[in-house]
Amino acid sequence: MRSLLPALLAAASLLAGCEKKQPAQAPAAPATPELKAPAAPPPASDVILLGEVGSLTGAEATFGQSTHEGIQLALEQANAAGGVNGKKLEVRVYDDQGKPEEAANAAVRLINQDKVKLILGEVASTNSLAMADKAQAAKVPMVSPSSTNEAVTQKGDYIFRVCFIDPFQGYAMAKFARETLKLQNVAVLQDNKSAYSTGLTGVFQLRFAEMGGKVAGVESYSKGDTDFRAQLTALKKAKPDGIYIPGYYTDVGLIARQAQELGLKAVLLGGDGWESEKLFELGGSAVDGSYYTNHYSPDSPNPATQAFISAYKAKHNGKVPDSLAALAYDAANVAVAALRKSKSLEGPDIRDALAQTKDFDGAAGKLTLDEKRNATKPAVVLKVENGKAVFAASVSP
Amino acid sequence: MVPPGLRGVLPVVLACLALAAGQRLFGGQEFFVYVASLVGVNVVLAVSLNVVNGMTGQFSIGHAGFMAVGAYAAGRLSLPLGDVAVSGLPVAASDQLLFAVSLLAGGVAAAACGFVVGLPSLRLKGDYLAIVTLGFGEIVRVIIQNTPALGGALGLSGIPQRGSLFAVWLCAFLAVLVARRIAESSHGRSLTAIREDEVAAEAMGVNTTAYKVRAFVVSAFFAGVAGGLFAHFVPIINPGSFTFVKSMEVVVMVVAGGLGSTTGSILAAVVLTLLPEALRSGFNRFAGEGAGAVVDQVRMPVYGLLLVVLMLARPQGLFGTRELWDRRKGQGARP
Repeated sequence: MRSLLPALLAAASLLAGCEKKQPAQAPAAPATPELKAPAAPPPASDVILLGEVGSLTGAEATFGQSTHEGIQLALEQANAAGGVNGKKLEVRVYDDQGKPEEAANAAVRLINQDKVKLILGEVASTNSLAMADKAQAAKVPMVSPSSTNEAVTQKGDYIFRVCFIDPFQGYAMAKFARETLKLQNVAVLQDNKSAYSTGLTGVFQLRFAEMGGKVAGVESYSKGDTDFRAQLTALKKAKPDGIYIPGYYTDVGLIARQAQELGLKAVLLGGDGWESEKLFELGGSAVDGSYYTNHYSPDSPNPATQAFISAYKAKHNGKVPDSLAALAYDAANVAVAALRKSKSLEGPDIRDALAQTKDFDGAAGKLTLDEKRNATKPAVVLKVENGKAVFAASVSP
Repeated sequence: MVPPGLRGVLPVVLACLALAAGQRLFGGQEFFVYVASLVGVNVVLAVSLNVVNGMTGQFSIGHAGFMAVGAYAAGRLSLPLGDVAVSGLPVAASDQLLFAVSLLAGGVAAAACGFVVGLPSLRLKGDYLAIVTLGFGEIVRVIIQNTPALGGALGLSGIPQRGSLFAVWLCAFLAVLVARRIAESSHGRSLTAIREDEVAAEAMGVNTTAYKVRAFVVSAFFAGVAGGLFAHFVPIINPGSFTFVKSMEVVVMVVAGGLGSTTGSILAAVVLTLLPEALRSGFNRFAGEGAGAVVDQVRMPVYGLLLVVLMLARPQGLFGTRELWDRRKGQGARP
């Protein structure tokens, strides 16, 4: 037994090597009894294989799992509707443990071993960047559901995304504050160490002023600070009717409480960094009546959103989908639509079809892919009411 | 018969030829190259950590920190060199030359850190060194995370992808060569003496701190080189790749291979890097399509389980303290 063990391990490791010689699209192995489908599995040529890379394990496991559920739902519906030109869609998922080197490895494996037509993923921008290099080099189109960093799609013309990029939220909030809330005088409190926060601030300032509002003052803090009274007192002098705080929920909760203590009556506004149950815990009543922008809200009256939610709930015992699931569902559906339109199943043709995506009715809003391969789509504004975020409005670009 | 003067150089020449052949045969298969490169980097890491943890009997758990220093030093140096070519050389040759310079810089930077960390902490014994190295690894990671010039939390991308099968495995070969030569030199005997009984070694006139620091610096140097290699074939380097978990992975390789055995470290690095990929292949084949996500989630627990089985079956590691190149049977169990 003991002398056998190294040999066994070596044999196991050889399996990785064997994979290389597999034909491009090996017929699916016979299913195990529990999984046996009523019909025989379709021959290999009738299947279009897509790839997915996600963090199914590791610190961000929930991201990868939500994303996978969204993609699965989209593909099931697409297959029920006849697949793509009579071919069934299948997705092969690889776990990257939330690490970029594993994400690149998974992408290389999907491209070279499994010969997938298209890759869906990742959530974290770092991992998407790692995969984008590989996908771009191999001319395999890649659609990221929820990487918001601008650099991702700048990697090349085969890289797309179905979410808006960070600065758009600054514009969406400026428009909502000016046109819906009719605010005149808004102050900004930004986290000067975060590119996300300063990016949102820049766009908000510019656009809010363009729309006829006045930015009363800009103050800065650093993530992790606990005392914001000095900045808030300075802002209070300008008598703002709103304060824009594009930061993360941990800081925002404290800021809201201290603003309340100082008697600041202004409406608080923010971005998707606010999205967390913790915000209500930390901010308590101080965050009531605040607004923040986000990708998606389950309360949105949009029929496409509601159709997605009821399908998802039916499949997952009434679980309400989060925004990652909604964006993944959109990414998969955009990919399916492009595959249907594409002249052939070659990378360049699929790429061209993806680039033409226009007015696509997604679960997270109607989206159009622009020439930079980013999605132009509405943002959702949520209002905090009694420790819950409820849908307030949808802001179109 | 090889002339004595050539004996030192011959293995390197042979290895170069073999690697060049390998590069020609497999260079085009991207997935194979990527996985083989990951394996090579892990071999360098495990073999170099074995010099400290195995041969010297110290317990360092900050290897990922040195790897990060090497990766970022080499990567940051290569980044502006992407469009530069040494005049008078063909582009490919100048690329490889600059790559070698970056690797060396990465190694030296890591070795310098190793010296700075090692000098005070190696006067301590056992657990204290573990804690200091752990702290060092975390400090490096946090500094990188908060330095915009190094890409911060998003990571550093755009490093010219100059790594190749040849480069990675040549470094692995050199690391093994150095480790082997150390083990068989009087230097290595002193390290073994320190491992077996530090007080006795000191009484016999071994300058324990100096030997430990030297072993530590050599180990850090190769960890830095490994990091540099890593930065040149992974499209983006990110502080998240150099966490405590990575350090532990390398420690596991060294322990699973057998503390003190270079052969063991190599084998364990190869097996433990390929195992997750092999499980992926195996699961894909036997579980069929559709089982997809579940299967890939099961992979890591199974990997852990296999490690537990391995350590139960062979607590001394795959090779114990023996080496493949020990000539006579029984000579392996060194005193």
